[in-house]
Amino acid sequence: MNDDPLVQISNLSFSYDSRPILSGINMTIPRGKVVAIMGSSGCGKTTTLRLIGGQLKPTSGSVTVDGQVVHQLDADSMYAMRRKLGMLFQFGALFTDMTVFENVAFQMREHTNLPEAMIRDLVLMKLHAVGLRGAHALMPTELSGGMARRVALARAIALDPMLIMYDEPFAGLDPISLSIVGELIRKLNDALGASSIVVTHDVQESLKIVDYVYFVSEGKIVAEGTAEEIRKSKTPYVHQFVWGEADGPVPFHYPATSYAEELMGTVS
Amino acid sequence: MLMHSGTAFRRIHLTLREIYFTGVMSLIIILVSGLFVGMVLGLQGYDTLQRYGSSEALGILVALSLVRELGPVVAALLFASRAGSAITAEIGLMKATEQLSAMEMMAVDPLARVVAPRFWGGVISMPLLAALFSAMGIFGGYLVGVQLIGVDEGSFWSQMQASVDFREDIMNGVIKSFVFGAIISWVAVFEGYDAEPTAEGVSGATTRTVVTSSLAILAADFILTAFMFRGA
Repeated sequence: MNDDPLVQISNLSFSYDSRPILSGINMTIPRGKVVAIMGSSGCGKTTTLRLIGGQLKPTSGSVTVDGQVVHQLDADSMYAMRRKLGMLFQFGALFTDMTVFENVAFQMREHTNLPEAMIRDLVLMKLHAVGLRGAHALMPTELSGGMARRVALARAIALDPMLIMYDEPFAGLDPISLSIVGELIRKLNDALGASSIVVTHDVQESLKIVDYVYFVSEGKIVAEGTAEEIRKSKTPYVHQFVWGEADGPVPFHYPATSYAEELMGTVS
Repeated sequence: MLMHSGTAFRRIHLTLREIYFTGVMSLIIILVSGLFVGMVLGLQGYDTLQRYGSSEALGILVALSLVRELGPVVAALLFASRAGSAITAEIGLMKATEQLSAMEMMAVDPLARVVAPRFWGGVISMPLLAALFSAMGIFGGYLVGVQLIGVDEGSFWSQMQASVDFREDIMNGVIKSFVFGAIISWVAVFEGYDAEPTAEGVSGATTRTVVTSSLAILAADFILTAFMFRGA
């Protein structure tokens, strides 16, 4: 995809105890691009994000971010790397004891010595970018799901990160909020010159905004390509996923014994 | 915990905020309980002392009972129920709603930013609350003993003043409440940080905080008392 990737994932495997989650996956996230990782629930998408952010260590393989192998970093270097990352969690993960303003200002106050007046201006600029400057005094409990997601987005870009990671940014949003968040992901990525990784299973919305897609199933990459290639894909799993078919490679029925045998009482 | 405590003192406003939430917000339950415990001590103490004709010693009995034992122990048990459970629930919910993960991803250590200030807030609050509990209890004993029953006011206060030793009684009580504060705060932050990130997990952690810290307080009280007052 690109000669100078920001994130390079090589032969990455990860297991929780003896339960394998990811098995030898390879991915490349080029600079300046928006890349989606799609797949059904529990396929290892969020785990991939946590491995990129250094919250988990791979069982084998490696994740390289901006030339640094993440799992080999010591605590100080890891925190230094994370300052260049922004992450939007599935339900925002806003600090509930702080106002919207304080949430966005949090990283600035923690990591910089900027004067309060400048922090105020920067926070209002970030909130303006997501359309919520007027909500700066509200508490997270006063926000709708879509607004909370946008505040979390403003917080994620507070320090102009080089990589923004989105964990299910479209989950549980109404169509208007969904469209707004989608547009913001693309616009902010381009405006900041950052790279973005969007973990999602919302196919139609994400295909509108991403440059490249990886499909993950059972811990392996089963398909990849541009949005157009994915739409036209004949791979059974991708086709079922993109067009939302109830049955296919991912079966409708949970594995069970024969229906007839069970009804006839021959199976206990 | 100690390794992460630097932030709690360098940025003292974080710890002061926790002192407000754990200490100041516990004042009502501590003061009201202290008053009633002191009033009951006044009644029970008078009933026993007057059998031996020493009802004037009521002030000593009330003060020593409170300063040495009831102040630190009962205040600690109340503090564990009121503030310890709140600390566990707050940290547990922060974990369940990914706020701690978000903090980690923002290169901010939750142990330093969230856990350590809450721990030290509890440790600092506890001796102050125990002192207020004892003071309120003595006032309750005075109300019942002097104002209601009619024990001589001069004897009540002068015998108390003469018999309560600053180092032996008051300082040992302060040391006890400091130790209890450390136990409660440590159990509370540990259970919250270690809680399973589910509603059931947070609920279980909150219960464990109250049960574990209450039992630990009573056990520690026995050990401390054995060392402090063995020759007294």
